Amino acid sequence: MRMKTTHLNLRAALVSLLMFLVFLSAWQLSATSPSVAGAAKAGMTAEEIEYQKMMGKDPGAVKSTGFPPPIEVGKAIVAHLADPFYDKGPNDKGIGIQLAHSLGRVGLGFALAVLVALPLGFMIGMSPLMRKAFDPFVQVLKPISPLAWMPLALYTLKDSDVSGIFVIFICSVWPMLINTAFGVAAVKRDWLNVASTLEVRPLRKAFRVILPAAAPTIVTGMRISMGIAWLVIVAAEMLVGGTGVGYFVWNEWNNLSLVNVIFAVLVIGLVGMLLDLAFAQVQKAVTYVE
Amino acid sequence: MWSDSSERGPIAPLTSPSAVSNQKASAMTGFLKIEKLGKAYQSDKPVFSDVSFTLDKGEFVCIIGHSGCGKTTILNVLAGLDTATEGHAFMDGREIAGPSLERGVVFQSHALMPWLTVRQNIAFAVKSRWPEWKVPQVNVHVEKHVAMVGLLHAIDKKPSQLSGGMKQRVGIARAFAIQPKMLLLDEPFGALDALTRGTIQDELMGIVRQTQQTVFMITHDVDEAILLSDRILLMSNGSEAGGQYVPGGLAEVVANPLPRERTRAQLHHLPGYYELRNHIVDFLVSRAKAH
Repeated sequence: MRMKTTHLNLRAALVSLLMFLVFLSAWQLSATSPSVAGAAKAGMTAEEIEYQKMMGKDPGAVKSTGFPPPIEVGKAIVAHLADPFYDKGPNDKGIGIQLAHSLGRVGLGFALAVLVALPLGFMIGMSPLMRKAFDPFVQVLKPISPLAWMPLALYTLKDSDVSGIFVIFICSVWPMLINTAFGVAAVKRDWLNVASTLEVRPLRKAFRVILPAAAPTIVTGMRISMGIAWLVIVAAEMLVGGTGVGYFVWNEWNNLSLVNVIFAVLVIGLVGMLLDLAFAQVQKAVTYVE
Repeated sequence: MWSDSSERGPIAPLTSPSAVSNQKASAMTGFLKIEKLGKAYQSDKPVFSDVSFTLDKGEFVCIIGHSGCGKTTILNVLAGLDTATEGHAFMDGREIAGPSLERGVVFQSHALMPWLTVRQNIAFAVKSRWPEWKVPQVNVHVEKHVAMVGLLHAIDKKPSQLSGGMKQRVGIARAFAIQPKMLLLDEPFGALDALTRGTIQDELMGIVRQTQQTVFMITHDVDEAILLSDRILLMSNGSEAGGQYVPGGLAEVVANPLPRERTRAQLHHLPGYYELRNHIVDFLVSRAKAH
């Protein structure tokens, strides 16, 4: 059985590698395809060519497609990773520094969301009255795109950095709140009865019975929240600018450096994956088998 | 493992001599008193009404009846987890209002917390009972009660790694560990196979006899009731008789005439066993009015 799974993993890795190689060569081919402009030159007279040149459209010039081939991106990756923490002014910082800014914002916004969502979720989960009372607000606020809050946040908070954190907070809070409330409401009656017959005090009951019982559901909510937060931070930083990977992407677009944009896109994907893996580990730790 | 007595070792009596003498003193007063208890989900059709009985200290009483007659409701009222619509329940002269550490409950579904090990499950109960106890003291107490049900070898396992019978034994150990004045068992062996059920019945009887524990237990099993209890309460379901609704209630209280020192193996050889068994089965078949 175990041998079979390792065998399967190995084959899957081989197929992944193959797909990656196919993708790379396709990319390489499309990025270096010969310009069609040279062929057009053949049908023109000398005057026509002269005219085209004067119009700034030299048909003889080899036009690049503009999209960098994989080897250039590879070089950029090596260059960025060799010195991730340099700081040469506001428009030129290493990817490590940019990432730290983004992760800091996500961490702060997420932590604030935990502080609000967990107690509120406990309250909503334990009280049918509160569940009904909060429901309309949650239903209306939840589908609002976090970026739609940005103008209001910028106006009231008057600080782009704080606004970014607020946007992360507002997008993280809903999945956590809903999952916490659901997890708390779904705690088995039997366990609560045990706690009652043992005359367990409310706080001890909350932390020793309800919290561990609802933890798998709560952490699932946190994992969803973190996924959304990482999606939103890039967009938010593109809007507010200054620092962060989102700003890095936008800045490199303005520099017309697609190589750096591609590098940043890869980094965003990798970091997102690592965050998700971390929460998967937490999930594993709090899951119990009945 | 269960029948391996060498692993368990001798069981020390858990009640002190003074507790035993108290029991004698209050023997006639009725340690637990139920007066005219009734429960109605629809006010014109109470499930049961006018249920009155008493339990003496050290007594083992079983309650038998078909599903829906209100056995579990009565037990939950005694546990303080449910409230009756009429009547009162008193324990030790005080009215039962809400759950209390004085009454240990063994739930049908064992109700162990799956994220805790056997040790932690029982320690949770022990720390609830004696919050001032230090860790070593709690540990000693926990181990004593786990040994009592013969599960020392599984003390650091999670409930999911245990069989149904072992889980139920942990539930029993947890209930005994808080040393309640009274034990309430809600059909604790209902989900177990016949073999496991038999061995745990023997074990429970042994512990109860040694600890002089007062026990109120729900069961569906006539033989279980005859083996374990001193008295058997027979409950009837509510029914429509001639267009008139008659609520369920306590139909009969049967005293168990068999000697207290009985075992499962020789139970059916005891004189009077078949009369008692037939009486109860006849009741359940013809008079309990099952739906």
